Amino acid sequence: MITLNHYLALASILFCIGIYGVLTRRNAISVLMSIELMFNAANINFIAFSKFITPVFLTGQVFAVFVITIAAAEATVALAIVILIYRHHKEINVDKINFLKW
Amino acid sequence: MIDYCWLVPFLPLLGFLLNGLLGKKIGKKLAGWVGCGSVFFSFLVALKIFSELLSYPASERFFQKTLFTWVVSGNFNINIGFQIDPLSTVMMLVVSGVGFVIHLYSVGYMGKDPGYFRYFSFLNLFVFSMLTLVMADNFLLLYLGWEGVGLCSYLLIGFWYEKRSAADAGKKAFITTRIGDLGFALGIILLFWTFGNLNYTQVFSQAPSVLSHGGALITAITLLLFLGAVGKSAQIPLYVWLPDAMEGPSPVSALIHAATMVTAGVYVVARCHVLYELAPLSMGIVAVIGAATAIYAASIALVQNDIKRILAYSTISQLGYMFLACGVGAFACGIFHLFTHAFFKALLFLGAGAVMHALSGELDLRKMGDLKKYLPVTFWCFLAGVLAISGIPFFSGFFSKDEILWKAFSSPHGGFLLWLIGFITAGMTAFYMFRLFCSIFLGKSRVEEEVKPHIHEAPKSMTIPMIVLAILSVIGGWIGIPHVLGGKEHFGKFLSVVFEKGPETHGIIHSAKAESLLMILSVLVVLIGIAVAYLFYISRPQLPKNLAEKYKGPYKVLLNKYYVDEFYNKAIVGPFINLALWFWKFIDVAIIDGFANGSAYILGWISGVARKVQTGYVRNYALSLLLGAVVILAYFVLR
Amino acid sequence: MSWLTPDINFKIISPELIILIVALLVLILEPLLKGRSKNILPHISWIGVALALVSVITLWNREELGFNQMFILDNFSCFFKIIFLSGTLLVILSSISYLKEEKIFHGEYFSLILFATFGMMLMASSLNLIVIFLGLEIMSLCLYILAGFRRYDLKSNESSMKYFLIGAFASGFLLYGIAMLYGATNSTNLKEILIFTQGFENPLFLFIGLGLILVGLGFKIASFPFHMWVPDVYEGAPTPITAFISSGPKAAGFSALLRILLFAFGSLHIDWSFVLWILAVLTMSFGNVIALSQTNIKRLLAYSSIAHAGYVLVALVAGGDSGISSAMFYLLAYTFMNIGAFIIIIFLGEKKVNLDDYSGLVTKYPILGITLALFMFSLAGFPPTSGFMAKFYVFSSAIKSGYTGLAIIGVLNSFVSVYYYLRVVVIMFMRAPVDEVQKVPIPFFLGLALLFSVWGTLHLGILPQSFLTLAQNSIFSPF
Repeated sequence: MITLNHYLALASILFCIGIYGVLTRRNAISVLMSIELMFNAANINFIAFSKFITPVFLTGQVFAVFVITIAAAEATVALAIVILIYRHHKEINVDKINFLKW
Repeated sequence: MIDYCWLVPFLPLLGFLLNGLLGKKIGKKLAGWVGCGSVFFSFLVALKIFSELLSYPASERFFQKTLFTWVVSGNFNINIGFQIDPLSTVMMLVVSGVGFVIHLYSVGYMGKDPGYFRYFSFLNLFVFSMLTLVMADNFLLLYLGWEGVGLCSYLLIGFWYEKRSAADAGKKAFITTRIGDLGFALGIILLFWTFGNLNYTQVFSQAPSVLSHGGALITAITLLLFLGAVGKSAQIPLYVWLPDAMEGPSPVSALIHAATMVTAGVYVVARCHVLYELAPLSMGIVAVIGAATAIYAASIALVQNDIKRILAYSTISQLGYMFLACGVGAFACGIFHLFTHAFFKALLFLGAGAVMHALSGELDLRKMGDLKKYLPVTFWCFLAGVLAISGIPFFSGFFSKDEILWKAFSSPHGGFLLWLIGFITAGMTAFYMFRLFCSIFLGKSRVEEEVKPHIHEAPKSMTIPMIVLAILSVIGGWIGIPHVLGGKEHFGKFLSVVFEKGPETHGIIHSAKAESLLMILSVLVVLIGIAVAYLFYISRPQLPKNLAEKYKGPYKVLLNKYYVDEFYNKAIVGPFINLALWFWKFIDVAIIDGFANGSAYILGWISGVARKVQTGYVRNYALSLLLGAVVILAYFVLR
Repeated sequence: MSWLTPDINFKIISPELIILIVALLVLILEPLLKGRSKNILPHISWIGVALALVSVITLWNREELGFNQMFILDNFSCFFKIIFLSGTLLVILSSISYLKEEKIFHGEYFSLILFATFGMMLMASSLNLIVIFLGLEIMSLCLYILAGFRRYDLKSNESSMKYFLIGAFASGFLLYGIAMLYGATNSTNLKEILIFTQGFENPLFLFIGLGLILVGLGFKIASFPFHMWVPDVYEGAPTPITAFISSGPKAAGFSALLRILLFAFGSLHIDWSFVLWILAVLTMSFGNVIALSQTNIKRLLAYSSIAHAGYVLVALVAGGDSGISSAMFYLLAYTFMNIGAFIIIIFLGEKKVNLDDYSGLVTKYPILGITLALFMFSLAGFPPTSGFMAKFYVFSSAIKSGYTGLAIIGVLNSFVSVYYYLRVVVIMFMRAPVDEVQKVPIPFFLGLALLFSVWGTLHLGILPQSFLTLAQNSIFSPF
């Protein structure tokens, strides 16, 4: 039997993987993908809570739909920015794009 | 129109903004129009308010118009509001009326000055501040105006700031009055602490019940307020700034240092008469300081040679009269003298300005004489002013001064000694004014040869204001002719609503005989003063010199103004500078600067190091965010 | 399950609708118009903003719920919409000449600004975490693009990328927090969360959710330690966008934070106030101290903006009616003075952002020099400017609620800040001008925006009562 806690554990593991990815990846696209993982971790939470706690209302599931939409929009914007960066720098290593500091 | 009373101070403010911001763009002519026009319209509004006020029955002549609430913080709120009652109306009329005339005069007087726009914008700002001061309905707004006029006075005394003496005089005025202002501010804070409010109506209506008659608190409050008045109105011991303030342009001396600002202290004492009546000790001190200042300044004026300084000491002396009146409880008389004094003293200063104008800036009366034929208009106007200030019967000064002398004698707060001082001062006043007058206009010409060909009468824009003021100096007192002379005392009656609780209406020895006797006596002493002056300076001009030779000691003391400036320099300024130097060297440089510099240095160092936290690496930023999140979550979990 | 017809009350979203329609209009017109006729786009935009402002004012003093209790129209939201719209108006007016100068005059610039404004307005009006998140994302996505709007400029690109990566990262936290909150309270509706938090038992989930939401919104308001992106993004983004980011989105973040902390979690004030106390102190101190050693004026104002977020956090810690109203007053005052200061930087262009470039500014452009000095005085908190009154209200609300220590730290911090603000003034007034470049006349619309911000700064400083009363009437009341 899969309980709510299983889902929550899965979500938190996914969230942590996402964070780890953001902190360690140097490629901008990989960082973006890690962030998507974090979003999806939250989505799992929403749907799990919706299923187990408020089965009558679909709030959590609706929220998840919204989040998926936003994530898609975000990916679009992010890819545009990354392409822009690539044009100028010929690379997308976030550590090398470091003019602004202090 | 009473609802629109805010227009009265607002119009000069508008003038200030226009001239200050756009002065150079709109040209001299228009700037002059803006400067004069704004004050003129403000005068018209004041006049309309006055006439509307008259249409109400005497007891209902009181309005408070709240413009807006400035700050509300808990139960402490400050309104920007104006109070319209007979007292403030009189002050409004004086300030805007005399102010307008002097603005007009300035158009001619300052015509060639490169600082023309600056001058008019400052003058308008002054009128605005002064009107705020007299129209305020609470102590805070009063204080705002009070500081405003102080600032304008400083700016205008030092108007010709390239001149070192002018800049120094401005500083001296600012610092000296600051001592008084400190007391004034403390007084207001004490009032707020006692009443929790600064509105006139609330303070004055609660005062009799909250404060005990003659108690320490009320005495402290009134004395602190009076300290402010002493500074602003140049009384002993803070009068030293006013003679130096004559470094400013003459119209400024006329407006600020004769007619209006210096009377602010008298206004405040009169406005707070409810408080002063609760503190007999303070009343006594006010009267004594007033009387002492009157005779003291008059004695200095006897031997001075700079015409504007003579007028300055005369102003101090006349202000002393006003405080004497307030001190004996005759507040209405004090305001009446303020009213007439505004005309004749402004006139005298404008006259002095015209003389200076004619003689290319000469101020020493030993280098004048026989100017009557060159400056006929100035001559006649000046004569009117001199007669008025001396107290020749039926000139304005006569009625107001005589009433003060009578009240000083008859009021329960007064006494013979106070009267005697005032009486002697009246004689001295007549003497020095006629000395001044004769030396300038009559006798033999002592004008330097190279100046002589250029002597010319002032332009119309200067003479017309003088003529207006001369007429007012003659007739200005007729609205307050006492009963003894068959008058109706309109002025006193008009103000009586404000001062109705004043002791002047009861307990006075009503004796027409005594009053007329004193009047005759004072006329006599004035005539004696004039006669002596004529003797000294017209018929036997060598006499004063002989006298000065004979009484070298007293003469020197008087000439050097009792050495008070020197005393202040030695006893107060010198040690103060030494102390300041010591503070600066040891405490400021070593400790405070060390601390401040040290902390600034340390902060700068920390800043330089800490900015390296911003490495510019996205991953570091994300890490910082994560750490923040972890700490917050840890707090919530482990709490 | 019965089918509910959606209850749609268009009237209460009329300001949002106006902004949305104008934004779409500008977006459609952009490819249709050619050449010079594109010049009307900014005018369409600012007129739309002005119309929205009018419609907000007509909606004043109503209290209505709509869209299944997701959207609320109350004075609180109206007040914030006034802040956003005035900020947007100022930014649009001052951008016109800048965009031409930088050769990036494209219609989508305005439409993105309008969409971002739409997002902020949603945030201020939402009574549901879903809508708050949606508004926040709409706003952020537009800002990411706008930050990189100078496409050819490496710094602009970099700021866009950093803003996006950190922003999305923070959004992840926010979203996860919302999910936790939803799990704990079974609802995303703030009213229902309020009812839940007033109960006896508060599960740990609730606080984890709250903490993560604090992280997400702390990013938007630039609170320590979620502020790291601020200096880089401010420096790299086009100056009008820097001005925009520093006012509207920050205020929007605060509007959401106020609603969540003081409305939904109002009864748990003791539980979260300590966290905010620490955040406020660190934010103020960090911003002010690092600003001391800055030489780039955009970066300097970035750190100053962090410090100001700290001051507003003080008001949040104080809580209560006076805390809320003083925070709102502060944000309004900050919008005028901060955008005002940026307008002058916008005018001087991207090449003159070092403090040394400001030497003798006052002799060359007396009006700009004096107004910039005014804004600096206001930011430093000197009377009689709005900055003084705003700080006064914030600190007195803190003292009123018993946080005297916090108020003292705040005052000390504003002493520190005086140093770097006055340094700008000193450089402008005391140093000789460096170059002899041709003097350029001030463009009309930029001048208009400058006038508007000067008015706001002085009005709020000299006659603060009118707007303070407005803010006091805008406090939300618990249902």
